[in-house]
Amino acid sequence: MSASTWIAVCAVDDVEFEDVVPFDHAGGDYALYRAPDGSFYATEGHCTHERARLCDGLVMGSIIECPRHNGRFDYRTGEAKGAPAIIDLRTYRTRVDDGTVYVFID
Amino acid sequence: MGRRIVVIGGGECGTRAALALRACGFDGPISVVDSDPFAPYERPPLSKAALGDATAGPPGGGVLGSLRSASIEFVYGRIEAIDRRAGRVLFEGRREMSYDRLLIATGARASSLSVPGGEHALRLRTWQDVLRLRDQLQPGMTAVVIGGGFLGLEIAACAALRGCSVTVLEQAFHVLERLVPASIASVVAARHRRERVDIRCGARVAAVRRAGRRFAVEVHDSDAFVADVVIAAVGARPNTDLAGAAGLRTEAGIVVDSRFATSDGAIFAAGDCCSFPLPFADCARLRLESWRNAVDQGDAAALALLGASRPYTAVPWFWSDQYDLTLQIAGVPSLGAREVLRVREDGVEIRFDLASDGRLVSASAIGEGDSVAKDIRLAVLAIGRGSCPSSVDLADPARPLRAVLLNDGAHARRNDEAQRIRR
Repeated sequence: MSASTWIAVCAVDDVEFEDVVPFDHAGGDYALYRAPDGSFYATEGHCTHERARLCDGLVMGSIIECPRHNGRFDYRTGEAKGAPAIIDLRTYRTRVDDGTVYVFID
Repeated sequence: MGRRIVVIGGGECGTRAALALRACGFDGPISVVDSDPFAPYERPPLSKAALGDATAGPPGGGVLGSLRSASIEFVYGRIEAIDRRAGRVLFEGRREMSYDRLLIATGARASSLSVPGGEHALRLRTWQDVLRLRDQLQPGMTAVVIGGGFLGLEIAACAALRGCSVTVLEQAFHVLERLVPASIASVVAARHRRERVDIRCGARVAAVRRAGRRFAVEVHDSDAFVADVVIAAVGARPNTDLAGAAGLRTEAGIVVDSRFATSDGAIFAAGDCCSFPLPFADCARLRLESWRNAVDQGDAAALALLGASRPYTAVPWFWSDQYDLTLQIAGVPSLGAREVLRVREDGVEIRFDLASDGRLVSASAIGEGDSVAKDIRLAVLAIGRGSCPSSVDLADPARPLRAVLLNDGAHARRNDEAQRIRR
């Protein structure tokens, strides 16, 4: 297991508004979101229902929708919004420093 | 609002409706009835992972637990009749159950192969069918799949991955005819050929004969194909018998209105078994067989059972997995008058169909994994909104699809201004 740490993920402009990109770190995969207001959020990379990649899903406002079964989560809090999404997503803290997005992986 | 709701059918639609009833606050008794001893389970994996993996159990094992924790009774039994006058369903063996509101979600069954010897062909619809097929499809076996639709091709892919030598016999001129555009069908066919699946189009099966311990599939104007296993995937028929015998209107399915009510106001029908009017298609009647349709209609029927009056407007959406490829279709391609192709930077083609008045009516694409999911999901939203996207913009991969389809100027502007944002 890697120690808890801030990792540099990408440049701010690498993620469109209201969109999501994948990133890997130490064997784990994650999803990085940019909200309509430009702020960044991060969650685990796969849906808690059937392991589809969330980066292939559609971001609508504060919601990420799984590409397979349309399970919905609030990516800001990880909250599952109803069947088939029952289990919340893990979320990770983010910060932006000098045009780079950092995520705290614990 | 009815005091007791009975749901006939423990498939995706029926279980989903039962859970949605609870989620909407209905606190009366709910019973879901099914005669399948393995129910409830999820059906899409039956022709995918569950068929390929020799040890997997019935998929979606959590459903029963969800029903129980929502205090929904799951009853194993075969219903033989609906007594509309008394408001009750009659089981095999004299048992009965009364209802105030009834939802028929009986689904569909696999059509049989209607040629001499057709009974030798195995079919795939239930978990028991999966167990039988997994037992038969051993490495080195020769399998003939009759029918080059989605189900037949998914079975062919599983059989090939299990080490069988596979031939697909399709009577039309290409696989997936009338289901997807020819360009997508050719990608699917090419992928199958790479896995050494022998696809024969224009092959009309005349008979299936026993040939010792094997079978011979006789085809018009061709030599026979000898196989260890013969599988028929030649479509499905809606289970309308109960409804028909009870005097409810049935055509190519149980006829319902835009709120899933049958010709009896206390009885509703949804999912594969029903024929419903689709608003965005000028209320043309449709019967759809897909997971998404079962889910959407189950949710909507629950609201209708509780008296909601909003008509059903969900846009049809379908996917099929073939090896590492997933194809997706949104809307109804046959409503299109004109097609527009968008070739993405990764080479994937998204095909859009526009009606004569310019409205988007369908989008379809095939790609690795879920790589086309986001674009097709945007199309679903656009079709639902009645969007009339510019065909020039649609065809231009440099134009963000979200803005083109949803005419979401704000989204495009925000990204144009992205440089100025620093936090």
